[in-house]
Amino acid sequence: MADPEIKSYEPLHESRSAAVTESRPVRIALTIVTLVFLGVFLLLPLIIVFKEAFAKGVGAYFQSLGDADTRSAIRLTLLVAAASVPLNLVFGISAAWAIAKFEFKGKAFLTTLIDLPFSVSPVISGLVYVLLFGAQGLLGAWLKAHGIQILFAVPGIVLATMFVTFPFVARELIPLMQEQGNGDEEAALSLGASGWQAFWYVTLPNIKWGLLYGVLLCNARAMGEFGAVSVVSGHIRGLTNTMPLHVEILYNEYNAVGAFAVASLLAGLALVTLVLKTLLEMRYGAELAATRGH
Amino acid sequence: MEVRVVNVRKEFERFPALHDVSLDIRSGELIALLGPSGSGKTTLLRLIAGLERPTKGAIFFGEEDASQKSIQERNVGFVFQHYALFRHMTVADNIGFGLKVRHGAARPPAQEIRRRALELLDLVQLSGLEKRYPAQLSGGQRQRVALARAMAIEPKVLLLDEPFGALDAQVRRELRRWLREIHDRTGHTTVFVTHDQEEALELADRVVVMSQGRIEQVGTADDIYDTPNSPFVYSFIGESSSLPVKVENGEVWIADRPIGLQAPHAPSGEAVLHFRPHDVDLVDGCSGCIAGTVAASRRVAGTRRVELEVGGERQRVEIELPVDHPAAQKSRVAFRPRRWKLFPAG
Repeated sequence: MADPEIKSYEPLHESRSAAVTESRPVRIALTIVTLVFLGVFLLLPLIIVFKEAFAKGVGAYFQSLGDADTRSAIRLTLLVAAASVPLNLVFGISAAWAIAKFEFKGKAFLTTLIDLPFSVSPVISGLVYVLLFGAQGLLGAWLKAHGIQILFAVPGIVLATMFVTFPFVARELIPLMQEQGNGDEEAALSLGASGWQAFWYVTLPNIKWGLLYGVLLCNARAMGEFGAVSVVSGHIRGLTNTMPLHVEILYNEYNAVGAFAVASLLAGLALVTLVLKTLLEMRYGAELAATRGH
Repeated sequence: MEVRVVNVRKEFERFPALHDVSLDIRSGELIALLGPSGSGKTTLLRLIAGLERPTKGAIFFGEEDASQKSIQERNVGFVFQHYALFRHMTVADNIGFGLKVRHGAARPPAQEIRRRALELLDLVQLSGLEKRYPAQLSGGQRQRVALARAMAIEPKVLLLDEPFGALDAQVRRELRRWLREIHDRTGHTTVFVTHDQEEALELADRVVVMSQGRIEQVGTADDIYDTPNSPFVYSFIGESSSLPVKVENGEVWIADRPIGLQAPHAPSGEAVLHFRPHDVDLVDGCSGCIAGTVAASRRVAGTRRVELEVGGERQRVEIELPVDHPAAQKSRVAFRPRRWKLFPAG
């Protein structure tokens, strides 16, 4: 077992290792291709979003954000995220716990099932809910009889978002928990801890960084989801429009400043998520390296 | 606390890991479960701890049937092979964990927990490291913290799974002596699992030799080494040589010659002779001895090991010779085992 404190570093004589055999022009060409690609496909769109949003000045930007429908879309998006992220957090932890720490029949099937939302087009996910809860759907008549509105209302949007963001937390935790094994929990139990205490004092601290990382990704996706939500929302302005849907509506109405202003918020969210994710990776990586080998 | 394992059987998905095992562990005893991997020694330890439930049979702590109790209720101190220290807690918090998770009146105040932790840290000779995290400790230090943590709950029994398995030889020898001292001082009934016979024989009051889910022999180091009761124990503990022989009228024969060993109680027929390579008398001339041709010879530390070809079927057998013995290649050597045992053939 290597002591993490005693590490020797090879002195870096050359910035280029012997494994690089390409000639100088080739290296430069490859680098340029990569940079151009990144610039055109990632950086440029981001700049355009902000440029268009502020095209008519800062006043117009904030005015369009202050629009009642826009504010309602922001509220709804926050509400959907606030509902679906905690639910997925609970689901993700329990699923990862079950898969990583126990042996049972159908484990492989459950693992595949968790991945399903990743492999299925979000539009299909939305359609499933239409077929299930729609007026002609499986449960449609029953829901109508009891006066419960799911489709074209907030519950439908939350459900669709939850479905799409299902795998994020669980996927993040399963490999981590599998690597950590059952040893720490068994130790806690042998010391007299209840199952809940073992989870709270031992399991949760062991997975906290991975968990935070998963929640962050889950949140970004929950706020940005378009396809599935679009199918179940019904696009009722001020009622069932989330931010991504509202962007589309505004854009189709040739309200470029409005559309890009909302888009800039989403882009800003994505940037914040990326920065947090990078910070977490730095932190989380150091923690993993320090605790590895137990 | 006295621990009794009574007719315990354990199956994992119908694959038996332990067959009908019974064992009495005396109060205050330091006992080793010794066996090759897959012999069921760790399974037996985990059954005593309550980390597994027996398929059949029962485990008693004193007069109490513990087999239906959960691991929390059994109050055992378990030291895991890879220590399983809580990596996000300091050494002091690790040791105090078992006291912290107690409920209500059973939980000592925070200051008392800390005092206990420091006291135990002193016992395991790690004073001053209470603020460190497990990642900042060496393997041997982690091992000591794991032991202190297990002892903090004042366990009825202390169970150690391959306690020195992950350490290098030097540290292992040191910790072995140290564990013996701690045991003598605290008097906990202690069971440890090991695959290292030297460790088991040196450290334990009694050794339980296990093989293929069964207990082969239980005894002191002397019992186990000097009077092994099965071919497995003979070959697993220490060095041993074996030869196929025949018993006729209480005399042991190899091929058509008696070898000068009397076995009045052995049934006539095929048998296998076991003895220690170093426990032989060299004899001159051969009337009643085992004679063979030297096939190979190698120097092992202070002695010389030679392989002899014996009898018409050229059975190979190893014995130990003094370094200055003139036995060279192809010369003939005659010997008689000093201590030996016969087991039925097959």
